[in-house]
Amino acid sequence: MEELFGQFSLGLFIMQTVLFVGLIFLLKKFAWKPILDAVNEREDGIKNALLSAENARKEMANLQADNQRILNEARAERDGMLKEAREMKEKMIADAKNEATAAGEKMIAQAKAAIEGEKNAAMADLKAQVSSLSLEIAEKLLKEELSNKEAQVKLVEKMLGDAKMN
Amino acid sequence: MVFSKKPLLFIIATLTACLSFSGFAHPVQDSVATAAAHPHEATAHAAAGAGHAEAPVLSEADQKEAERKEFIKHHLLDSHDFHLFSYGKDSGHETHVGFPLPVILWDNGLHVFMSSRFDHGHAVAESNGNYYMIGHHDGKIYKTDAAGTVTHDEKGHTTNEKPLDLSITKNVAMIVIVGLLMFLLFAGLGKSYKKNGSIAKGAGRFFEPLVLYVRDEIAIPNIGEKHYRKYMSFLLTIFFFVWFMNMFGLTPLGINVTGNIAITAALAILAYLITTFTAKKDYWTHIFWMPGVPVPMKIILAPIELLGTIIKPFSLMIRLYANMIAGHVVLMSLVALMYKADHALGSPLAFLLAFVLTILEVLVALLQAYIFTMLAALYFGSAVEEHHHEEAHH
Repeated sequence: MEELFGQFSLGLFIMQTVLFVGLIFLLKKFAWKPILDAVNEREDGIKNALLSAENARKEMANLQADNQRILNEARAERDGMLKEAREMKEKMIADAKNEATAAGEKMIAQAKAAIEGEKNAAMADLKAQVSSLSLEIAEKLLKEELSNKEAQVKLVEKMLGDAKMN
Repeated sequence: MVFSKKPLLFIIATLTACLSFSGFAHPVQDSVATAAAHPHEATAHAAAGAGHAEAPVLSEADQKEAERKEFIKHHLLDSHDFHLFSYGKDSGHETHVGFPLPVILWDNGLHVFMSSRFDHGHAVAESNGNYYMIGHHDGKIYKTDAAGTVTHDEKGHTTNEKPLDLSITKNVAMIVIVGLLMFLLFAGLGKSYKKNGSIAKGAGRFFEPLVLYVRDEIAIPNIGEKHYRKYMSFLLTIFFFVWFMNMFGLTPLGINVTGNIAITAALAILAYLITTFTAKKDYWTHIFWMPGVPVPMKIILAPIELLGTIIKPFSLMIRLYANMIAGHVVLMSLVALMYKADHALGSPLAFLLAFVLTILEVLVALLQAYIFTMLAALYFGSAVEEHHHEEAHH
């Protein structure tokens, strides 16, 4: 122990303390602070880069999901539109058919009515003509018959006979 | 990396802890031996200081052994010049290779001169009318007179007056060098982020994971996400400082900074002061008035807890000091064994042991830095810890 403390040199102790404290402050300013700052900055940078990469990956996945969704929506919309168009087409055709049928029927009815009318008119005309013709014939006949006394009597008798039978 | 393997780390920690205990056995024996050799040397140096009289009367083998002990002892001490190696001792004309460092003394005024004036401890240096010499046992500077008179007490310790020595010693020079190295390295790393788009470049690629390790595995788990930021500068500085110093200690330059009690004391006291001055109310409550125990226990616990706050940094100081000095002593003893064995089988075996131990010391260098930082973080964590369970007790 005596040997141990005999070796102790106060001067060296003072020099070591002064130099070492000086070294600590010098290195703190010029070495440790820049080194630790740079290392911390780098570590933060790496952390941020990893985080943003992860975020980008998530965003990408979101985007893809969005795209898929939009695509599906578009597809559904297209399908809906096609269906609607088909329905509309069918409806139009049906409508047109109905309308055409109705119009045809109406025309047929009109034509029938016209034909009936014409027929009636023709019949009336025919009747008038037949009646006038028969009157003329009858006139002529009568004129001829009446010129012959015997025939007149015969006719009257025939007529009377017809009347009696009725 | 090995870092993430906590169980592995703890096994290694336990092993190395055991090793340092076994390592301690050596220096104890050594110190007994040196203590025994002390009076010899004391007289020898007193004689040498008086003017290089005669060499001590020892056999050649004993002299060599004493020399080795002296070499190891001196290696562990701080010194006033940066000595790299010596040669030519056998030829009688020894040449030291290295460079002198400035000596700064406060002795009723500032004395500044180069350590070359001491001539490797052989000469008395004069500065502004005062005379100084280097104590041969501890490498410290003592005040003396022009003739270099040295007084000893009965135990052989030098009793001359010691001025306040603020010299740029080898250790201080290494602190400055390591400080500069760290500054260049980490300021460069800090700048490279701006230039390079937040990515480290060059050597920073190696050190950045260590900085992050200190933050993620030492600071945050022990202190908590909320408070750890203000302690980061201290923890990072101390981790790299201790590690670099330990690694420099393994180079053949003969540096032993973290194995110096003054250095580890300074580091531990800083850790203690930071703990004390950043401590929150809960920390003091737990020391002086432990919640959830009966009042008599509270009174008994208070001094124990208070003592604990001082023991914690003290253990920090001793742990690092003992580990590093034990490593150095064992390693150098093994190297010395190579010469002492002087045998075809013994010397390579000693070399192998030294080699293996060096590799282990590389691990210990990092481990001790880790443990020091980890425990400092643990103490800081206890200072800012918030106990939410207390409401339940009242």
